[in-house]
Amino acid sequence: MAKKTTVPFNGTAEQEAKLYEIIDAHKDDPGALMPVLQQAQEVYGYLPIEVQKMISDKMGIPLEKIYGVVTFYAQFSLYPKGKYNISVCLGTACYVKGSGDIYDKLQEVLKISGGECTADGKFSLEACRCIGACGLAPVLTVNEDVYGRLTVDDVADILAKYE
Amino acid sequence: MADINVKINGIAVSVPKGTTVLEAAHMAGVDIPTFCYMKEINEIGACRICMVEINEGRGFRLVAACVYPLAFEGTEIRTNSPKVMDSRRKTLELILSTHDRKCLSCVRSGHCELQALCNEMGIEEENTYEGDKPVYEIDNSAVHMYRDNNKCILCRRCVAACAKWQGVGVIGANERGFKTNIGSAFEMGLGETSCVSCGQCIAVCPVGALSEKDFTDQVFAAIADESKYVIVQTAPAVRAGLGEEFGYPIGTNVEGKMVAALRRLGFDNVFDTDWGADLTIMEEATEFVERFTKGGKLPLITSCSPGWVKYCEHYFPEMTDNLSSCKSPHQMLGAVAKTYYAEKIGKKPEDIVVVSIMPCTAKKYECQRDDQAAAGVPDVDYVLTTRELARMIRRAGLKFTALPDEDFDNPLGLSAGAGDIFGVTGGVMEAALRTAYCWLSGNNEEVVEFHEVRGTDGIKRSTVTIGETEIKVAVASGLANAGELLRRVQSGEEKVDFIEIMACPGGCVNGGGQPQQPASVRNFEDLRSLRAKALYDEDAAKTLRLSHLNQDVQKLYEEYLEKPGSHKAHEILHTTYVKRTIN
Repeated sequence: MAKKTTVPFNGTAEQEAKLYEIIDAHKDDPGALMPVLQQAQEVYGYLPIEVQKMISDKMGIPLEKIYGVVTFYAQFSLYPKGKYNISVCLGTACYVKGSGDIYDKLQEVLKISGGECTADGKFSLEACRCIGACGLAPVLTVNEDVYGRLTVDDVADILAKYE
Repeated sequence: MADINVKINGIAVSVPKGTTVLEAAHMAGVDIPTFCYMKEINEIGACRICMVEINEGRGFRLVAACVYPLAFEGTEIRTNSPKVMDSRRKTLELILSTHDRKCLSCVRSGHCELQALCNEMGIEEENTYEGDKPVYEIDNSAVHMYRDNNKCILCRRCVAACAKWQGVGVIGANERGFKTNIGSAFEMGLGETSCVSCGQCIAVCPVGALSEKDFTDQVFAAIADESKYVIVQTAPAVRAGLGEEFGYPIGTNVEGKMVAALRRLGFDNVFDTDWGADLTIMEEATEFVERFTKGGKLPLITSCSPGWVKYCEHYFPEMTDNLSSCKSPHQMLGAVAKTYYAEKIGKKPEDIVVVSIMPCTAKKYECQRDDQAAAGVPDVDYVLTTRELARMIRRAGLKFTALPDEDFDNPLGLSAGAGDIFGVTGGVMEAALRTAYCWLSGNNEEVVEFHEVRGTDGIKRSTVTIGETEIKVAVASGLANAGELLRRVQSGEEKVDFIEIMACPGGCVNGGGQPQQPASVRNFEDLRSLRAKALYDEDAAKTLRLSHLNQDVQKLYEEYLEKPGSHKAHEILHTTYVKRTIN
């Protein structure tokens, strides 16, 4: 079940001004919520309660309705990307080579679910589909770094590099 | 639009083009079951239980009857063919696959729409599709109700009631697919949101997912406690709704049997909130005349409906000064019971328990508010809904239909017709206007009826002329309507002196604590008018129809409160409000 992120909100005045510009540009459109949410996510990178509340107040749409839309579509995220974004390939080749276990291990160690970000804003975790490195299966990436031929035991070492 | 001829199960029926299959079938005397469909506010065709076979010339196919408009002459419809039955059964079996089937201990057992339909459709196996089941924690964060999503069938009737009738929208569908669940933003408990406690969501829920917090056990215990003097009072709308729980036609006034039942349950006094309504009029009409003649804050807005009061605090905090400072009638009666009446019978206020039977769930929250404790203890200890009273009557083994008709106790039981109509949209306004009319015209006993403020329209307006004075009044029920009216008042588009607002559409007779009627009744009967008629009839049949002529209310002022609006009256009968935010 989705819940409020614990990463502190660091929105700037410029971002807020940009958001209000976006809302203003759509104020006469029927069904404006989707484009507003998409563009708001471009501005902030994610859609935390603070951003959804601003949209709710400005557009006069109940917060729950906005939250319902955000949690319905996979394209929206309630969580920011961490300083280091870990992406585990769950494509067929990686999966049969055990990437599912690696993904589970990361969730366990980082104490977050897929899609979320650690409270200190350091690591975020997501699953991805094939990144075209099947020869190295199972693979994961941390930002631009690629790690292949992994086992569950490698997880701690990889994380340690970013401590 | 032109009429077209169609056949439903071979029965010929002529309907206007564009009529839905569901409506056409109803005209032909054929019932089609529905879950999600609620006329005007939830026409989403989502639950698929109303599937029927239709042939518009290209062979029979399945469509959702609730949203399918009839367009062609000669269309044939089958509502009970094997294919239709098969479709309905499968849908039911799929609903059951994720449904918490603890029917024996479910509050809705016996009048659950899902249970009834499974029975009708001859469902023999609950586990046809065994597999994963989502498990949800019960949300008990709100003062007045529970949400148990394990029993939710995702029909979204509650969502529609909250957003469309009430303009509140604090509940909705979150997530998608198998994880879809009804809840609030960011998984807030309902108690953390700006929910106004109106209970309309409970009133429309087809199953046991939503229910009021039940205090029947506590009330039974209080009655059994020898050291407590237990007083019960009933709101006007309860007598117009309670009968439905015992098989009476909608709109039957069961006041006499209700009083007899309460006496047999063991309450020490059975008082009438209508008496409190008459008292409210004395205070509120005084407040209005005072503000109107001396240039006080206008428009004055009634404060009898705690759902409305909470809505005002959340959504129009800048208007809380417009609210009448009067407590609601049952809180006034409770306050008087624990002060004036307590002295009369020689009891300490802490030994008196006041139980209010209300058509309302917001009253459960209201009795726990600050500044509702005239004697230093809460004015009202427990609020039970009409449904809870029915449960008590059944649990106590009282044969309701066989009870004699009895009268309320005095001195807090006598009421004017003006107090009776407090349970209907427009009723508080009419009651206040009757008294204000008498006071301003100097003719103390003339009963004037105000028909422009009657009826079930969401917003009603009238200009009342008394001598040289013109008073502009407005009445709104359903908070979406209230919001619309207030925005117009705030923008200056509309000038009004006195406004009555009731949170529930149609007023208290259609309150969130009233008996739950299934979709099959709700979509085709006008509950609001039928129940309202019971109260207007009671008013019309009385000789005493003006609140200010209620002798027992007059006596209270003579013996205790001096006069309406006095310092003492303010201490006991008035309250304060807070400003809140939207969540």
